[in-house]
Amino acid sequence: MEDNSVLNVDGLSIAYELKTGAVRAVDNVSMSIRPHELVAAVGESGCGKTTLGLSIIGLLPSPPAKYVSGEVNFHGKNLLSLAPDEMRLYRGTEIAMIFQEPMTSLNPVFKIGDQIQEAIELRDSRGKRNVATERNRSASPSRSGTKTKRKQIIDVLNLVRIPDPERVADRYPFELSGGMRQRVMIGIALAQKPSLLIADEPTTALDVTTQAQVLKLMKGLMEEVDTSILMITHDLAVASQVADRIAVMYAGQIVEEGEVFDLFSHPLHPYTQGLLACIPSGSKEGKRLKPIQGSTPDLRSIPAACKFAPRCPYVMKRCEAAKPELTVKEGSHRVACYLHQ
Amino acid sequence: MPAISTNEDHPLLQIEELAVYFDVGGSFSVPLLTKRTAHVKAVDGVAIDVGVGQTVAVVGESGCGKSTLARAVLGLVESKRGSIRIQGQDSTALKRSKDRFKIIQMVFQDPDSSLDPTMKIKDTVSEPLVGLSSMNKNDREKKAIEVLNAVGLDNKFLDRLPRQLSGGQKQRVNIARAIVTEPSLVILDEPTSALDASVQAQILNLLLELQTKYNLSYLIITHNISVAEYLSDRTYVMYAGKIVEHGPTSAVINEPRHPYTIALITSAPIPDPKERNLLKVEIVGEVPSVINPPPGCRFHPRCPYAEQKCSIQEPPLEPIGPERFAACHFIDKTARAAGKASA
Repeated sequence: MEDNSVLNVDGLSIAYELKTGAVRAVDNVSMSIRPHELVAAVGESGCGKTTLGLSIIGLLPSPPAKYVSGEVNFHGKNLLSLAPDEMRLYRGTEIAMIFQEPMTSLNPVFKIGDQIQEAIELRDSRGKRNVATERNRSASPSRSGTKTKRKQIIDVLNLVRIPDPERVADRYPFELSGGMRQRVMIGIALAQKPSLLIADEPTTALDVTTQAQVLKLMKGLMEEVDTSILMITHDLAVASQVADRIAVMYAGQIVEEGEVFDLFSHPLHPYTQGLLACIPSGSKEGKRLKPIQGSTPDLRSIPAACKFAPRCPYVMKRCEAAKPELTVKEGSHRVACYLHQ
Repeated sequence: MPAISTNEDHPLLQIEELAVYFDVGGSFSVPLLTKRTAHVKAVDGVAIDVGVGQTVAVVGESGCGKSTLARAVLGLVESKRGSIRIQGQDSTALKRSKDRFKIIQMVFQDPDSSLDPTMKIKDTVSEPLVGLSSMNKNDREKKAIEVLNAVGLDNKFLDRLPRQLSGGQKQRVNIARAIVTEPSLVILDEPTSALDASVQAQILNLLLELQTKYNLSYLIITHNISVAEYLSDRTYVMYAGKIVEHGPTSAVINEPRHPYTIALITSAPIPDPKERNLLKVEIVGEVPSVINPPPGCRFHPRCPYAEQKCSIQEPPLEPIGPERFAACHFIDKTARAAGKASA
């Protein structure tokens, strides 16, 4: 795989061990993220996209989760081989994560400024010296002295374009709107200058006009902070607006992956095609939507071969016999479907 | 059919100057010592018509009052002023909620919490008939089976419990329960927001099918512009308790005129990487509090066209074209801006 990639997930499989048996939430997933790239993992509920995100940052509760196989290479280092103490040096500082609901991610009893300061202090105390990745951080602020703590907090709030940062720093989370809280979360995550930000449905809880502002902000900050983003979302339209590459997930697997323009101009997998045909556009007088038949699968009773076969309009005999592997179709466009092999 | 007289000349539902306020400050305020009670002006002077067989969408963001509006129509919250006329009759005349529910039914957003987890599907769907019809048990069950089949659930679902159903199937049950009494109007409050994309499309198509089959009118409450576009004939755009623009859906969505409608529509992500509208969005700020809404036009603090007048005087809803209305002092400016964009 590419040597310069920030993240390189290789053959990752994760199972949840339940009383009724194990389910494969992530099934042989391989993907990489290059510097300054925004990759979107898109899929419906239960497709394993959140499990994938949590596994990269080492937040997956184990048990019930169990790493079955594969590697998560971050700047060439397999994070799955690290001891918990070592992983802690990466989590938050080198790899940061923001979640869907910004209210529950912030501590309700501390002021915004204090929570940002905690992140800054953590970054400074670690100094990032212990981390094997030696990247050129021309933008890193002076670690001591010149800037007061207050100034650093205000800088973070300015970074995420919060109006009136002096006042916001002294407020509690409940005093801020949802969009403001998500901006603060992004600020806290980026204050640590991570080289990878995992954003799990970052705008799903926000109103559309706020969503637009937050997505624009995230996209703009990637260059400024020198970071890559793995965005986890159910919304193909959002992904099309911000992503460089998209990985479409279904029942734990990546079924199609490619540059955003390739994927939208030539969607190859029947599931991707189905998802695109499901997005309402135009009026009822125009074309009716063509929904995908059936519903999102229950991982406990899923076919062993192609998992999409029961809902697929093009299903063939071999789809029910053996699992199609993700193979390169054209350039970097990959698809797991016998229609294209 | 409903027992009250129907008059074809009247719209099915006619809402005029409706206002719904909620008192706030409750637990900490002392009645005699606290001088003023604050109000959440959730709905503040709203007029909406729904004609027979029509689909009307109310579009807006969280806190704009769209769900409160729906609840007021059903009589689930009390209105402060204004009138709601159902089939030409003042809704206060329909004193007993029973009379309203014969004409109007509702489907809620969350398919989970709107079903009784201990009730079998067939019982859930036939229950409204117990109070609203004179059918016996056998007929009620027959009717329930008929509508369940109509929403795409076959007989094997009859004895199941909600937990044995997927989200999409649960929403089908909710729709079946709403139409089982053969209402004239169904209020759909974010009917597909909790569903996965592939299931949302199935439900949207189902709603269109049922509308033809049962001759239904819909009042759709949604934040999703494309859902409104796909289902509705007329669209009302709501902001901070007020209607800011309304008109035929295609006109409102394709040529929005109120600055808020423009912002709302350009903020909705288009599923096409070649049209990255989202990164060009210029709107700032967020939806204001309806406890202390901004004076004058409620959108003025976020509006790129605002002038001094906007912060003082509230703009009325005025005609701006065929069947189109908007509440903006400087509606000519947005026309010029739209002209510039297309040029």
